[in-house]
Amino acid sequence: MISFSLWDIVRNLLLALRWTVLLSLASFALGGLLGLIVLFLRTSKHAWLRTITKMYIELFQGTPLLMQLFLAFFGLALFGLEVPAWLAAGLALTCWSSAYLAEIWRGCVEAIPRGQWEASSCLAMSYMQQMRHVILPQALRIAIPPTVGFSVQIVKGTAVTSIIGFVELSKAGTMITNATFQPFTVYALVALMYFALCWPLSKYSQSLERKFNASHRH
Amino acid sequence: MSYHFDFLAPFDYPAVLIKGVLVTIELIAIGGVLGIAVGIFAAWAKTQGPRWLRPLINAYVELIRNTPFLIQLFFIFFGLPGIGLQITEMEAAILAMVINLGAYSCEIIRAGIAAVARGQIEAGLSLAMTRLQIFRHVILPPALQKIWPALSSQVVIVMVGSAVCSQIAVEELAYAANFIQGRNFRSFESYLLSTAIYLVLAIGLRQLLRMLGNWLFGRPVAKEAA
Repeated sequence: MISFSLWDIVRNLLLALRWTVLLSLASFALGGLLGLIVLFLRTSKHAWLRTITKMYIELFQGTPLLMQLFLAFFGLALFGLEVPAWLAAGLALTCWSSAYLAEIWRGCVEAIPRGQWEASSCLAMSYMQQMRHVILPQALRIAIPPTVGFSVQIVKGTAVTSIIGFVELSKAGTMITNATFQPFTVYALVALMYFALCWPLSKYSQSLERKFNASHRH
Repeated sequence: MSYHFDFLAPFDYPAVLIKGVLVTIELIAIGGVLGIAVGIFAAWAKTQGPRWLRPLINAYVELIRNTPFLIQLFFIFFGLPGIGLQITEMEAAILAMVINLGAYSCEIIRAGIAAVARGQIEAGLSLAMTRLQIFRHVILPPALQKIWPALSSQVVIVMVGSAVCSQIAVEELAYAANFIQGRNFRSFESYLLSTAIYLVLAIGLRQLLRMLGNWLFGRPVAKEAA
């Protein structure tokens, strides 16, 4: 019988941690891109575009990420597509994070005083020009701390992808538990590794918030 | 070969589905109330409690907010029996939800407490109220009123997150969907229906919490912030 030393457990978990990091980065980048598109539609002049994107956001915030994963996993398969777990995981996490990021950023765009919109429309700027040159540069400043804060939610969200069989940190933890019968140690280590990823991001987000608030006050 | 949808298929096992919805409601009802209670206690301890308690509360909040709910659930359900604590899956699920919501609501409520004007507390002191009376009657109600929308959102997030409790065989809604698709192989339809039910539950819960806020605080609370 093969026996597992503590180092074996840690080493295997660290190897799986790569996939958690990779999936988080991909979801954050793609979710951010999609979120930006959703944001543009969500703040557009056309009421029907705002309604559709509101429903999109409501849909992804009001349903479990787990169900979104299952639907991506089984839904695409219905169209005859062979869906590997990583693809379903990436797709569901991208849509999920885009809904949250769009809503976070909408708050930041709406925090920009109305007068800025009016002034730029007096200059005959189009909607895209207003966004590009006037609104977004200012909104970006407010948006950075909560966006970094949300990246923590994405890292934690990737844990759910273990359920459809994507072998990242959580799945590796379950597999190692099944081999070693040491759930207490293994899950404590898994939790610690997530903590090591997320805590610096949380702290960074907090410090950014303080920094931007301080410069806002004078 | 094309796929023929059968949207009536998820209703093949109505009893399982109904039980799933009821268990999900039970989870959030118990988890929500106890979780907010823990949050209030933790926020009290962090702002006015004994000094030695504060680092412990801080550690609790940081640890829970920076690890996935799924891992907290697994640690409680699979890990605790390893050191001799036996609990049922339902107890584990509720415990995990209470611990999770407690940490998030602690931070939310603390922000509300910080926003209560200093003069209010001094006024309470001048009426010879004890510190606990001041917290209960002067600080907590306006603090909760201010952060009620944020707290409501967090409760909805925890309800939606409870779907992963199916992984430790709690027979809630996601478990029902898994069960049904395991019987009739209609996975897409089952998951679509259960997702729709979750959406209805989330919207209903948000309305319920808004009404509860209006009732508790006597006047309409601020509309949900972005």
